[in-house]
Amino acid sequence: MAVKFDKKSDGVYTLDCQGYVCPHPQIYTKKMLEKIGSGDILEVTFDNPSSSESITEMLIGSDNEILDKNVADGKYIFRIKKG
Amino acid sequence: MNEASAKKKAWALGIVLFFALISISTYAYNEYYIYLSAYLWFGFIYGMCLQYGRFCFASAFRDLFAVGVPRMVVGIMIAVVLFALVSAFVTATGISTFHPSPYGIHSVIAGFIFGVGMVFAGGCASGSLYKTGEGSGTALLVVLSISITQSTFVDVGGWFNKLVPNSWHESAMAKGLPERINVGDGWVDQYLAGYVWDQPITTFAEALNLTKESFFGAYFGNVFIGVVLPAALLLIVVYMFWGRKRLLADLVKQKANSLSIRDNIAGFWKMIVSSKRTAIAGLILGIACGLQMFVIEGLRIKYGIRNAGEILQRIGSDYGISIRGTVFDPGYWYVTTQEAQWVGWIMHKLGWDNMDNIFFGYINGIPNPALNPADWMSLALIGGAAVMALLNNEFKFKKPTRELAMWAIIGGALMGIGSRLGLGCNIGAFFVRVANGDPAGWLFGIGMIAGAYIGVKFFNWWTERQMAKEMAALEI
Repeated sequence: MAVKFDKKSDGVYTLDCQGYVCPHPQIYTKKMLEKIGSGDILEVTFDNPSSSESITEMLIGSDNEILDKNVADGKYIFRIKKG
Repeated sequence: MNEASAKKKAWALGIVLFFALISISTYAYNEYYIYLSAYLWFGFIYGMCLQYGRFCFASAFRDLFAVGVPRMVVGIMIAVVLFALVSAFVTATGISTFHPSPYGIHSVIAGFIFGVGMVFAGGCASGSLYKTGEGSGTALLVVLSISITQSTFVDVGGWFNKLVPNSWHESAMAKGLPERINVGDGWVDQYLAGYVWDQPITTFAEALNLTKESFFGAYFGNVFIGVVLPAALLLIVVYMFWGRKRLLADLVKQKANSLSIRDNIAGFWKMIVSSKRTAIAGLILGIACGLQMFVIEGLRIKYGIRNAGEILQRIGSDYGISIRGTVFDPGYWYVTTQEAQWVGWIMHKLGWDNMDNIFFGYINGIPNPALNPADWMSLALIGGAAVMALLNNEFKFKKPTRELAMWAIIGGALMGIGSRLGLGCNIGAFFVRVANGDPAGWLFGIGMIAGAYIGVKFFNWWTERQMAKEMAALEI
């Protein structure tokens, strides 16, 4: 299973990094945010707890905004809006 | 509380009770087991702290170079300063368990190999242990790879002897080691006895002509000059290059580059407290690490021993004790040596004579893992991390993907080799040494940072390649 990239609908993209440890989820999130357009939404799914801290910190001071964080049973879904 | 969450909490309680039962029943059987239990409970605390703070040395410089996140460098520096403050007290009272290591270019090279390895593997030696406790199969593979590589590496001879410089060979032969060790055969043996042991040993206190067993020597020499100043310098560099632009984003936009000293001090402080979890974990880790030195040395004094080998003999187990009667018993937090030992023990049981080398045969031994104090510490570390992850609903069994398994094995092998060349990992060769005023720790750290930088460069290329492949069908 590799990291999965998909387009959910217009302007909404998904990135599934489940099963991946550091630094994959944060690196792929960073690169994906660089590729999508301003105002687009990125939904990142991962299950590596330390990536939640890294992704949150990574977005401090950037124009991107975390809209919501969903955490359940070791699975994290972050919705990020590109600024 | 839903049913799944209640089940996880029950598991957490079960793990704590399991360790408590081991401590109580072994103590009831023979009081000397308390020495092993001391290691166990410190390991448990380390595991809880590491998981809570997501404390991973690999992420410190990797996340800085890869995604510009400084939180882990900050956490580690907080921990190292706290650890230094506590251990300086132990050093000043003359009961420290710490011995500085020979320093030289080998410390930097070892750190570099280790640094590349930890980025590839996705975690350092201690990080992989705590992530195993979170249920990560990849982290477990990393631990296995570090363990097997080390125990093999310390015993390789034959063709590898041809790679040993003659000066190392001659110097090693002149050390007068027992015949059983056969020091002329084995790359690592000749590296240790013929090169490393000939390198200088010092502490910052001693280099400044201060007595380290004095409060001024320990606190001014080792802590202030050896830890606080370099740590502050490192954090200032991190703030200037990575922290300022992000933390003061709004101010930077308004004032461009004309920020006042006051603005910068506020920004620096913001960086220090930006991740409370990591800072709190660093705080507790630092204090616990210093306390462990105090407790273990206290037990040694109480039982009139210098090494756990004597404890094992009193318990009635002399299997795998080194030729000098010792086993690995650092007296403080350590990770990799005990990982080499348990595989070494299995290999020995399977018929491989690996007691004819310095690492196992002369210094650390290969005691039964069930009676190895350092193994108790590592297993409890995994347990402590599992408890914390279960309590926070972050535990999940994760099978390694084929890609990650490959990186885990390669990264783990590089960390295993780096650890043996540097006489320790990110904990034993960096964290503990730096906190105790040993310059060898910073040299290993410099290598580790350079290794992390190269590892990140490679990973950036790799992930771009993967993305291009996976996103070919996606129109963005």
